[in-house]
Amino acid sequence: MSIIQIKNVDLYYDKHHALKNITGEIKERSITALIGPSGCGKSTFLRTLNRMNDMIQGVHIEGEVLVAEQNIYHEDVNVENLRKNIGMVFQQPNPFPKSIYDNIAFGTRIHGMRDRKELDEVVEQSLKAAALWEEVKDILKKPAYGLSGGQQQRLCIARALAVNPQILLMDEPTSALDPISTAKIEELIGELRKQYTIVIVTHNMQQAARISDETAFFLQGEVIEFDTTEKIFHTPSDQRTEDYIAGRFG
Amino acid sequence: MNEAVLKNARNRLAGSQSQKEISGIVQKKRMNREDLIVKSILFLCAMVSVLTTIGIVAVLLVETLSFFKDVSLLSFLTDTKWTPLFKPEHFGILSLLSGSVLITLGASLVALPLGLMTAIYLSEYADDRVRRVIKPILEVLAGIPTIVYGYFALTFVTPLFRMIFPDMGVFNALSASIVVGIMILPMVASLSEDAMVSVPKSLRNGAYALGATRLEVARKVVVPAAFSGIISSFVLAISRAIGETMIVTIAAGATPKLTMNPLESVQTMTSYIVQVSLGDIQHGSIEYKTIFAVGMTLFVLTFLINLIAQWLKRRFKEEY
Amino acid sequence: MDQGKWRIRKTMDHFAKITFLSATLFGIAFLGILLYQIVADGVRWISWDFFTNFSSRFPSKAGVAAALIGSIWIILLTGPIAFFLGVGTALYLEEYTKKSWFTRFIQVNIHNLAGVPSIVYGILGLAVFVQGLMLGQAVLAGVFTMSLLVLPIMVVSSQEAIRSVPQQMRNASYALGASKWQTISRVVIPTALPNILTGVILALSRAIGETAPLIVVGALTFVAFVPVSPMDPFTVLPIQIFNWTSRPQDDFRAIAAAGIMVLLVVLLTMNLLAVYLRNKYQKRY
Repeated sequence: MSIIQIKNVDLYYDKHHALKNITGEIKERSITALIGPSGCGKSTFLRTLNRMNDMIQGVHIEGEVLVAEQNIYHEDVNVENLRKNIGMVFQQPNPFPKSIYDNIAFGTRIHGMRDRKELDEVVEQSLKAAALWEEVKDILKKPAYGLSGGQQQRLCIARALAVNPQILLMDEPTSALDPISTAKIEELIGELRKQYTIVIVTHNMQQAARISDETAFFLQGEVIEFDTTEKIFHTPSDQRTEDYIAGRFG
Repeated sequence: MNEAVLKNARNRLAGSQSQKEISGIVQKKRMNREDLIVKSILFLCAMVSVLTTIGIVAVLLVETLSFFKDVSLLSFLTDTKWTPLFKPEHFGILSLLSGSVLITLGASLVALPLGLMTAIYLSEYADDRVRRVIKPILEVLAGIPTIVYGYFALTFVTPLFRMIFPDMGVFNALSASIVVGIMILPMVASLSEDAMVSVPKSLRNGAYALGATRLEVARKVVVPAAFSGIISSFVLAISRAIGETMIVTIAAGATPKLTMNPLESVQTMTSYIVQVSLGDIQHGSIEYKTIFAVGMTLFVLTFLINLIAQWLKRRFKEEY
Repeated sequence: MDQGKWRIRKTMDHFAKITFLSATLFGIAFLGILLYQIVADGVRWISWDFFTNFSSRFPSKAGVAAALIGSIWIILLTGPIAFFLGVGTALYLEEYTKKSWFTRFIQVNIHNLAGVPSIVYGILGLAVFVQGLMLGQAVLAGVFTMSLLVLPIMVVSSQEAIRSVPQQMRNASYALGASKWQTISRVVIPTALPNILTGVILALSRAIGETAPLIVVGALTFVAFVPVSPMDPFTVLPIQIFNWTSRPQDDFRAIAAAGIMVLLVVLLTMNLLAVYLRNKYQKRY
């Protein structure tokens, strides 16, 4: 069953037509990978799912994105609530210049939770879910910048989980990390799959093949092929997909 | 499909008709109001600077117009005497203007060449280590309050020059203008250096590759390329010198005089305003109004000079 | 022939270097002599009494009490006002509006205000605060005047501080469902705060050295009491120094030097605080 449906989405940066008639479905509690060469629109597409493109001047979107059967581009949508339900993890780990604890508690505080005990609970659960608890439980009051890059990225994942989202968007979450940290994050994503719907943009085709259930191949603002990862990587129906997978361009 | 999750998500997202009244719309309105209030407050903050400009112009204009009911514009611009505080009253701005010009001229003669040479030294000759020492010292020089410079002009520079010119009075344009020059020197040096540093390395390397010396590179490549930045630093410094008040009040005296002799005591527009302010002035009296008429002249003059600086910067925008 | 020409050019270059270096050293030497002269003149007048006495007709009894407290009044009240207006304007320009002719107009206006001579702000304060709002020659009139005077510095430094907050911080906050104001108040301002405070300190060190606008606003030159409310008459350190400097007796000149030492120490302390803040919080993200 699909939790996100994308219907004929077009996106323009001023005159530039960046996404062309995108249609597709994201299945619940699955991992969907978005692949394609740089500038193909996969990150832009990811940001249409939680309306992060709203912040960029000159962006204009047509079409519908349904989350739990509701069009998130409807004028009455509460964007803050939407983003609370759809977490996001960025390419560069971007913790706030605050303590580890305050980083995790930021979102829940924003949404009105003040009780110290509840906050403690949320912080612990989120860090555990992001497999970081054991490493940081004694240094919760220390600045988040003291952590390594991989730890920071898991902190950012924990921070996103703390507001209890249904869906997690990840924009190349391992591209700034070393191989060991990458492996840890991939393992974590595999765990999260049991509870969350995950959409992940990746440059790394092995990564897409390793972790995802579904894969969408983007090229110049279009979805060329969107199918099970199995099919995309073994029997792609489009010649361009096959060329990209085989490393002939991009 | 997990119905609970879907329902949960649906509850959190506004959009469906049943949700509109309950959470979605109400909350959205609250958010909008918060945004609106914050934006209005910030807008008012931003308007303070606009109101300041309007206030300055309005205040100067109103009292200046009132001043010109008592004094004709012609005599203001052509009379060569300025004696508003005693009879017979004269209101010739030229006497104060010449004081300001004399001080500014002297200050420029000190600050422009020294500032430019300092900038060239820092950007073309000095290595990083030297620069790291000298630049903060120049910043300190720029941060010294003008009252301190004034004290120094009166108690050190003037006695020094009176050894050379024994006839020179205690209050004179010479030491005031030299010290004003030193006050604006860091401004010339740092703005000119900024302009020179932003000249691309490739331009310099081209000249060095042809065997040019540093002096030749500075003179024929860097200074011409950074010309507009240098000139605009000059113009801004001149504007600062015209507006400078305490150094001239302390060291140049209080004698409005149409003279270009630096050994004499003069009065500038700024030091006149201070002199009147120090006395007991009646609101609405002619002395009170002279502050505004002189202030208006000063404001218009510095405003025009600043406009020229901006125009120069745009007009000669370097294209590398 | 060529060899000779090259030697001439080389010599010229060397000569130029020495000239430019001398020009640079001139400013530095001036600063050195100035500081030395002031300390030499004033140091013997510095004593505990100098800080607790009011100004006096007798050099031996003169002190900076009223002026020092007056200056502290001015800084403590100007600081929050300039901070609020400066950061508010900067936030409006950087975060709350799209770039338009209007924001450009405000920006150009702020640049022009920075070039207005400080004495003109004094005239504005005299007409608007002293006369118009009928505050009289009170601390508050001085504070408002100084707040407007340092506003351009405050706005520009706050804008730089806000611009230096990485966009990804804002993204992280928005992605968690924070509203615009939550993002600004909980992420942007705290992250930019050390740089903003550095700007506040630099703006206030400008304010504390200003003399002319406060003379125009009507600060007194001879005060034998400490202002206890913002509506009281007042004097400040630079005006007290000016007053002593303009008296003919040598002893008062020396006392002026002692007053300058106090002023410079206050300034130095503020600047060290700014440097400390900058170093402590530099490059945390």
